[in-house]
Amino acid sequence: MIGFLQNLIDALSLGSLYALAALGIGLLFGILRLTNFAHGDFISFGAYALIVPSLEVTATKFIGNWPWYLTLPAIAALVVLLALLSDFLVFRKLRQASAPTLMIASFAVGYVIQNVILMVYGARPKAIDVWSSLQQQVVIGELRVPQLQLVTIGITIVLMLGLSLFLNRTSYGVQMRAAAEDFRMARYLGVKANFVIGLAFAISGLLAAMVSLLFVSQTGTLSYVMGVPLMLFAFIATVIGGMGSLIGAVIGGFAVGFVSVMCQAYLPEELRSFRDAFVFAIVIAVLIFRPSGLIPTKALVQRV
Amino acid sequence: MLTAEDVVVQFDGLTAIGNVSLSMGRHEVFGLIGPNGAGKTTLVNCLTGFQVPSSGRILLGGEETAGWKSERFRKAGIGRTFQAGRLFREMTVVENVEVTGVGLGLTRRQARAQAMDLLEWVGIAGKAETVAGTLPYTDERRVGMARALMLGPAFVLLDEPAAGMSDAECDDLMHLVAAIPRIFTCGVLLIEHNMRVVMGVCDRIHVLDGGRTIAEGTPQEIQRNETVIAAYLGGEA
Repeated sequence: MIGFLQNLIDALSLGSLYALAALGIGLLFGILRLTNFAHGDFISFGAYALIVPSLEVTATKFIGNWPWYLTLPAIAALVVLLALLSDFLVFRKLRQASAPTLMIASFAVGYVIQNVILMVYGARPKAIDVWSSLQQQVVIGELRVPQLQLVTIGITIVLMLGLSLFLNRTSYGVQMRAAAEDFRMARYLGVKANFVIGLAFAISGLLAAMVSLLFVSQTGTLSYVMGVPLMLFAFIATVIGGMGSLIGAVIGGFAVGFVSVMCQAYLPEELRSFRDAFVFAIVIAVLIFRPSGLIPTKALVQRV
Repeated sequence: MLTAEDVVVQFDGLTAIGNVSLSMGRHEVFGLIGPNGAGKTTLVNCLTGFQVPSSGRILLGGEETAGWKSERFRKAGIGRTFQAGRLFREMTVVENVEVTGVGLGLTRRQARAQAMDLLEWVGIAGKAETVAGTLPYTDERRVGMARALMLGPAFVLLDEPAAGMSDAECDDLMHLVAAIPRIFTCGVLLIEHNMRVVMGVCDRIHVLDGGRTIAEGTPQEIQRNETVIAAYLGGEA
C-alpha cells in the first residue's frame, strides 16, 4: 500500500510536468490549430537560460544563482519573449497557412532553437544544481516524499487555477475562449486576432518556463535535446485528452504520467527498459476506443 | 441609411445576385423575401462584409464601404445573426453576448451589464449561465439577436429568425422584432420564410427571385403583386 502511494505521488509529480507542457501545446492548438513542436525547445531554452552562455563543460550558474523569487520571473520573461518572438518572426507570416504547414514550421523553429543552443552552449550535457535543497524528503507517516515533488504538484495546481480564472473571469480570457472556438466569428465580433494569439503564445511560454525550472531541478542536467521527450509525451497527452480541450490536455498529461510511472514500478524487471513501448501501446488502445480523445471537444476550456 | 447600389455577385461565372439595389433607414423593419436560392443570404453577406460584391456599392450613412472587412462593418454599426446560429457553444449564454462588447472595447463589467439587459429584453435572462450548446434551437436565435444588438448598432440583419418556431414563439419574436427600431433606433433587415411573420412586422418588403429584384413595397402591395405570387406559386406571371 505504501509502495503504491509512493508511486502515486511520483505519478502525480511526473504527470504535473506533462500536464503543464500539454497545456502550453493545447492552448496554441485551440486558437491557431498550431501543433507547436518547438514547445520542447522553449523548455530547453528556459533551462539553459539559468547559466552563463559558454562552451565550457562545467556550467556556471547566473540567473540560477538568484533567489527563487527573482529566478522564476526572469526565466518566465525570457521564455515568454522567445515564444512571442517565434510568433512575430515565423507564425505571424503563416496566419493563412494550413495546420500541417504550421506544424512543419514549428519543427523548423525547434531546430533553430536547438542549434542556437548547440552553438552557444556546446553539445555536451552539463550538470547543474538548482534548488537542490528541495531534494530533501518530507516524511509523512511511512511515506517519504521529496519536497520537490510536492512543489511541482503545488505549482501545477496554482498555474491551472490561475489559467482557469484568467480564461473564465477576465475579458481577455473570454476573448481567447471565443477565438479558440470559432476564430472567424470572434474576429467578426471585434476580437483582435493578433492580440489574442500573442496572449496565447505568452501563456504558453510562461508554462514552458515553469516546466523548465521544475524539470531541471529534478534531473540536474542540461542537454540541448532535453525538451524533446517532454514535448513528445505532452503532445501525446493532448492527443489522448482530445486536441483543443484544455481540461483534456491536463487529464491526458496526468494519465500519461500515471501509466508511465506504474509501468516503471510494476512491469517485470526484464521488460522495464521497454517501458515507453508499453506506454505508447496503452495510448494506442485508448485511441482505438476513443478516437477523438478522452474529452472530445473543440472548445478551449470547459467549465472548471 | 444602409444602401446597396447595383450589387452583382458572381461565383465562377454563375450570377447569384444581378443588379440589386435597395435602401433602408433606421426606423423601419425591412423584409427581404424570395424563394430558396433567390440570393437573400448572399445579399446580407454583402451588406455585412462577408461577401465582396463583384460590382456595385454598399453605402452606410452615405459612406463607401469598399475594402471593409466584416469586423469593420460590425464596428460601424451593422450587426447580424446567422442561420446556423453560430454561437460559441462551449461558452455560457451571457458570455456569448458579452464577448462582442469586450471585443469592441467595453470593459468586462460594462459588457456584462449590457449583455444582461439585452438578454432580459429578449426574454432569456434566466438562462444567462446556461452553456450555449445545450440551448434549444429557438433560444439560440434569441441569443443571436441579443449578440447582434450589443453596442447599439444602427442596423441588424436577421437571417431567418423564425425558422422552426411554433406559432406562439413566432408571436413573441414578432413583438421583439417590431420593437427594435423604436427602442434601439436600429433598422431591421429581416430575411424570413414565414409569411405571417414577414407580413406582420415589416414596413416595407423587397422580393428577390433568381438573384433579381422582382418587387418592393408595403406588405399589402406585395401580397397583391402578381409577379410575386407567380414566383412563390410557380405559376405564370
